[in-house]
Parts: sequence; structure tokens; C-alpha cells
Amino acid sequence: MMTTQAAVPQVLGRPGRMPGLASASGQVALRALRKYFRTPGLSVMGIVQSVLFLFCFRYVLGGAIHAGSASYVDFLVPSYVAMIVLFTGGGIAVAVAEDKVQGFTDRLLSLPVSRYSLVLGRTAADTTTNVWSIVTTAAFGFLFGFRLPGTWQDGLAALGLCVAYAVVFTVVFIVMGLFAPNAQAAQGMSLIAFVFAFISSAYVPATSMPGWLQPFSKYQPVTPMVDAVRSLLAGSTSDVGLALAWSALLLVVCMPIAVLRYRRA
Amino acid sequence: MTAASQPTGTPLLQARNLTVRFGKVTALDGLDLTAADGQVLAVLGPNGAGKTTFVRTIATLLRPTSGELLVRGRDVVRDSAGVRRDIGLAGQFAAVEPTMTGRENLEMTARLFGHGRATARQAAAAVIDQLSLGEVADRRSGTYSGGQRRRLDLGASLVGGPRLLLLDEPTTGLDPASRREVWDAVRNLAAAGTDIVLTTHYLDEADELADHAVVIDHGRVIASGTVSELKAGIGQDVIEVTVADPASMSLAGQILADVTVQQVRLEAGGRHLSALAPAGTAALGAVISRLAEAAVRVDEIGLRRPTLDEVFLTLTDDEARIPAAAGQLSGSTR
Repeated sequence: MMTTQAAVPQVLGRPGRMPGLASASGQVALRALRKYFRTPGLSVMGIVQSVLFLFCFRYVLGGAIHAGSASYVDFLVPSYVAMIVLFTGGGIAVAVAEDKVQGFTDRLLSLPVSRYSLVLGRTAADTTTNVWSIVTTAAFGFLFGFRLPGTWQDGLAALGLCVAYAVVFTVVFIVMGLFAPNAQAAQGMSLIAFVFAFISSAYVPATSMPGWLQPFSKYQPVTPMVDAVRSLLAGSTSDVGLALAWSALLLVVCMPIAVLRYRRA
Repeated sequence: MTAASQPTGTPLLQARNLTVRFGKVTALDGLDLTAADGQVLAVLGPNGAGKTTFVRTIATLLRPTSGELLVRGRDVVRDSAGVRRDIGLAGQFAAVEPTMTGRENLEMTARLFGHGRATARQAAAAVIDQLSLGEVADRRSGTYSGGQRRRLDLGASLVGGPRLLLLDEPTTGLDPASRREVWDAVRNLAAAGTDIVLTTHYLDEADELADHAVVIDHGRVIASGTVSELKAGIGQDVIEVTVADPASMSLAGQILADVTVQQVRLEAGGRHLSALAPAGTAALGAVISRLAEAAVRVDEIGLRRPTLDEVFLTLTDDEARIPAAAGQLSGSTR
């Protein structure tokens, strides 16, 4: 150590410029992805949980649910896959809250990087992990008996819509994590997603709910979002416009909040 | 010493009436400070004094409510990006990613400082070398000891070649051996020419590492100077007495309090007592004769310079506790 000491300041030159937005976002995303894939509790257990829930819906509850003319597995799998982010999102909120409490966010904010890179990097990473969940869960959906009603091109379009939802809800959960005082609170706050997930047409036909509950189901974003995925699979585009409008609205509202909130985290 | 450690004329920090409020809580209350560059500056103060708020304001993580703060001549509000390019921050928690190796952590931070891929690799290797992390560099940092993790965190704040390193309580929560490790690392960095501002509530830490110290309490600077100036600043020596028989502690304490008219510190269950002595050697003579009159057997008695601890307590004690009225004693034996 003593011999190298004098040489170090020369080696440690100061970079002449700020890192670019893409480069900084990439580093933020890379770190979040490493954490996710190197922590089995996040990557493996997340998938196990998703598949277990799908199994229970399909084989335990499914027998008692009448989904109109379609078989329950064909009703369930598209919406389940589309809204998988609502189950994994708690992890996003917790990770954001932990970074804030444990000083990682402070470190990032003390560096000469754009504030946007914190949100963009985080979103890119969590979207990637969600795509991983979407693809895996969809594969298990096929294993549990789901079959595409239309062409494989329709299937890909539906998959694309699912990925778009993952981006949107990732930003929503980032905002939750930024407002939560700690990880436990972030976990608690993310449970609100379950209200939207369950009181929708995702797992049961909305018409089976009591009349006073149906308006909530009908006018909240999850119902048109999952209906749009079912439409695309069947080669139709009904509800797609409404679903995209909801997605855009959530993104436009939550993205600036996330950036501003990161700045003063 | 390298060029970076020579004073350049631009102060390291210039705070004018710096105020930071969180709702109704005033964390910094019109703080004024000018600190020259080319040094290690310790910011001392009790918990809640505003030390962390001050560091976070320097690091542009908090905006001043009012007043002004210049870091190496750059305004933290108007040129916050410029300030961030000059600084490296190591906060109270080791902000390293436990699932990444030490080297990965350093390379990531170097990239975020703006280094290209190859330079980032070089900078990481240099820091690993500098902080003696070679043996553990390719292990996940989650497996590190507390001292290793803090040194890695220190390294992460260094890979961008900052002109000013901010260390917020760098050894809080570390065992004594790990504290030494971090101290050695900080001393080496200072010797290699990095300006450092560190907060601490350990006075020995300031004594070990810092050239200058400022004492903050209730969000204001209440004293500043070199460490030895601060010690001399209270202008008083300390009389220290070791009695032969613990039973005579309270009598000796009474005498010491009578003579010095100061608060007396009694070692709980021990034989040592001490008090500031405004009158110096005269007071020492008086204490010796009064102890002899009262037939208190003494093992050791003497006059010495105060420790930084005593300076600190004198400066930050509530008025109710200093100066003590004649005969008033403090200490857990009473």
C-alpha cells in the first residue's frame, strides 16, 4: 500500500464530462439486475410464487368459476400473465425503499449523473425482470392447458401489450417505494395493487360480482387492460385503445413524480 | 504531498447564514463557516447537532432553506452539478451492493462518475490497491467484514478522483480493529492529497485524523480552529487527582469543586477525579494544601491540557451544567 500510494492520484484522473444518460441508466439497471438474479429469494422465489398462484387459480379455484362460454384456463391465463406485474411489483417498491433507506440512492444522487437515469435505469431493470416473469408464467400457462385462440402473431401482439403494462406498473411501484418510509411500508403499500387486480375481470367475469361492485371493476384500469389482451389474442382490437390510454395516463402522471421524488429522496 | 493538497486560495467550504429546515425542525440555523482547502476538516457535534444535514447539503442532497453554501467556490444551488463533479460521498451506511463483488461495485461507480469502460477498470484497480482490498476484491461485498465494507464504500467515493471527499461518521458501528483500518485508509488518502470533510461524534477520531475541527451544536458553529487550538481555546488546564482510598472520593470532589468552582468529574466506582482549573497552578497549590488539611491520601495529582472530549463537553453542555456552582458535583457516584 505504501508504495502505490503516491502513484494513485495520477491514475485516478477526474473524468472530464458527466456520464451520458444511456450509460448512467445502463449502470443503474445493471446493478438492479445483478441484485435480482444473484438473489435466489427474488429471482427464483418470485417465479415459484407466480406459478404457484397460477396453479391454484387453474386447478383449485378454477373448477368453481364459470367463465361464460370459454374454458376457465383460456379465460385466466391471458389476464394472469398480463397482470403478473401486480404480484411482483411489491418487490420493486421494496427495492426502491431499501435503496433509499440504506444510502444507495444518496450515493447515486451525489454522483454527477442525470436524475432521469435513476428512474430510467430502475424501470429498464424491473421491466426486464418482469418480461422474464411474463415469459415463464406464460410457458406454465401453456403447460397447464392454455391454447392460443388465434394466430401466433396475435399472441405476440398480446405479449407486447403485457410488456407495456409491465413498464407502466413498474413506474407506479417505483413511486410507491419512493413515498414509503421503509421496506415494510413499501410492502404494505403495494398490497393496494391486489384491490385492483382482484376487483376486475382478470380472474373472474366481472358480471359475477354483486351489482354495487361492478362499477369499480368496470371503470378501473385493470379491467380494460386485461380485456384488451384477450381481444388481441382473439384477433380483435376492442378495448385496446382504452387500455393504451390508461397506460399512457399512468405513465405521464407517475414518471415526473418519480423523477421529482428521487431528486429530493 | 501532491499538488492537490496545496492550498489554492479558493476555500474548501464557505457557508454564510446557512439554514436548513424540515417543516418545523431547524437542522441548520444560520451556520457560518469558512474552511481552507488542503486539509482534513472534522465536523464535531452531539447527535442531532446538524452534522449529517450539513454534509448532505454540501453533497447537494438537500437544498438550503436560506443562506449560501459554496463548495470549492461553486454554489450548491446554482451549480449543483458542478459540485457533484468535485465531491465523493461516503454516507453513514456502506452504500455498496452486497450481491456484487468489490471490483464490480467500484467499476460501476467509476462509470457513474463518467469514466469510460477501460478507465473505470483502471480506477477500480487503483482504488483496490490503495485501500488494500486486493484479497477480497473479487468476492461479493456481502461477505466482507464491517471494516472491509466501509473501506470499499470509501473506495466507491474515490474512483471518480474527487477533489473533496465527504465522510459522514465513517466509523460508526465498527469494532476497534475495523476503525483502525478505516483511519489508516483516511490518513493515506489525506497524505495523497485528497481534501476531506468528515463528521464524527468520536473525538479521538478528530484527534487522529483532522487538521481542523469545527464544533456544531443546534445547527450552528460554536467553535472552530485546529485541534490543538480548540484544546487551548477553553484556556484552562485540568486538575486531575487520583485518591488512594475510594472512600475519600466525595471529600476530594468537594475540595476540588470548592477551589475550582467548576463541575467535577468523578470516575464511577474508581479513584480518579478531575475538573477544569481556570486559575491553573495556583488552584493546584490550593487543592494540594486543602487535601492535606483534610488528610485525604493522594496517589497522584497534576495539571494537564484538556482532552478534546473535555473541550467538547464544555462547549456543548447545557448551561444548567456549566459552570457548576461551588460544591456542585456531577458523576455517577453521587
